[in-house]
Amino acid sequence: MTPKTAAQAGTFESSDVLFLIEPLPEKSGRKIELFSTVLHQYGESFNKIVTEMLDDYALTDIHIIARDKGALEPTIKARLETAINRSLQNIQQV
Amino acid sequence: MLYIPGNNPAMIQQGGVYGADSILLDLEDSVALNQKDAARILIRNMMRTIDFYDTEVCVRVNHLGTPFGLADLEEIVPLQPSAIRYPKTESAEEVGNLLEIIEKIEDKHGLPHHVMTIHAMIETAMGVQNVFEIASKFPRIDAITIGGQDLTADMNIIYTPDGAGIDFARKRIVMAAKASHIDIIDTVFPDVNDEEGLRKETEYARKIGFTGKAVINPRQIDIIHNVFTPTEEEVRKAYRIVKEFRANAAAGQGVFAIDGKMIDTPVVRRAEYILQLAHVEILPEGADEKPIT
Repeated sequence: MTPKTAAQAGTFESSDVLFLIEPLPEKSGRKIELFSTVLHQYGESFNKIVTEMLDDYALTDIHIIARDKGALEPTIKARLETAINRSLQNIQQV
Repeated sequence: MLYIPGNNPAMIQQGGVYGADSILLDLEDSVALNQKDAARILIRNMMRTIDFYDTEVCVRVNHLGTPFGLADLEEIVPLQPSAIRYPKTESAEEVGNLLEIIEKIEDKHGLPHHVMTIHAMIETAMGVQNVFEIASKFPRIDAITIGGQDLTADMNIIYTPDGAGIDFARKRIVMAAKASHIDIIDTVFPDVNDEEGLRKETEYARKIGFTGKAVINPRQIDIIHNVFTPTEEEVRKAYRIVKEFRANAAAGQGVFAIDGKMIDTPVVRRAEYILQLAHVEILPEGADEKPIT
């Protein structure tokens, strides 16, 4: 599945993460760009969370930019879920 | 009760460490209209994951008259917070409708109807007029609360620090709660830098019967605890009254005197309430009594 439209969720505040997602052309695959204040400590687990959620939604051709300020797992999941919902429902937040 | 904006992860994840008796995760006024979806999902994930220790967790949903109220209930009710706070409650009929929706959601998830309670917020002139019916008709409502800012707006008056404009409403709501034997929580004090003003307003709220007060900043918690917690002198006096009352009652004597002052049932009831607030129990005769340290 491909996201319908570009969407975003989250903020630049501490303990939060801002996700921007946009559809890519068919068969482009996933492109994930993570910028994080705790990249070296938690970059790997962050990417794992994102990948698992994209698998759950069966989203394949998608570009994700994440700007993380030390968000915990429930926040990462909440923001990505919100961005995906907005994209699939065509809700423009940008 | 500490208000925490529902779209603020930093504050929510620390909700259990501020020292408040309860926290209110807010989906209503503190969340922008275009972020309601984000806050709802964030609160759901946080409630499933974060340990709030022994802090009671309540959630304020949006009114069912808005496009967000039903979606809030569908997301929050299955999580069974201690209570759902319902804003701008104006009639018992409205509460009946709310409970019907909540119970349908609980049935869908195989949840009981008696665990999560409802706090009705009184924030309009109509709500003030109907408050006794709202407070007394449904056992699931275990607290009512006054929303001072919205009430002054509804009354087209300016909110003043002395609370003159909402004084009648405060007293009417207190009386409705007392007659219904439920808790009554005062409105927030909006100026976080005015500690003396907060103390004065909290002392007044306690004096007229409120059992707690909402806060918008963790800095306000200590002052409110300080005002609502009985002093050591009050507890010692209450302990003596209740202990002597029980001894006299066992001897078949009703009214008695301590230090020349008559002690009868209402005085004893008040003393028992103070001991309950202070979590002090009367030890049996002959036990090593060290109730207050």
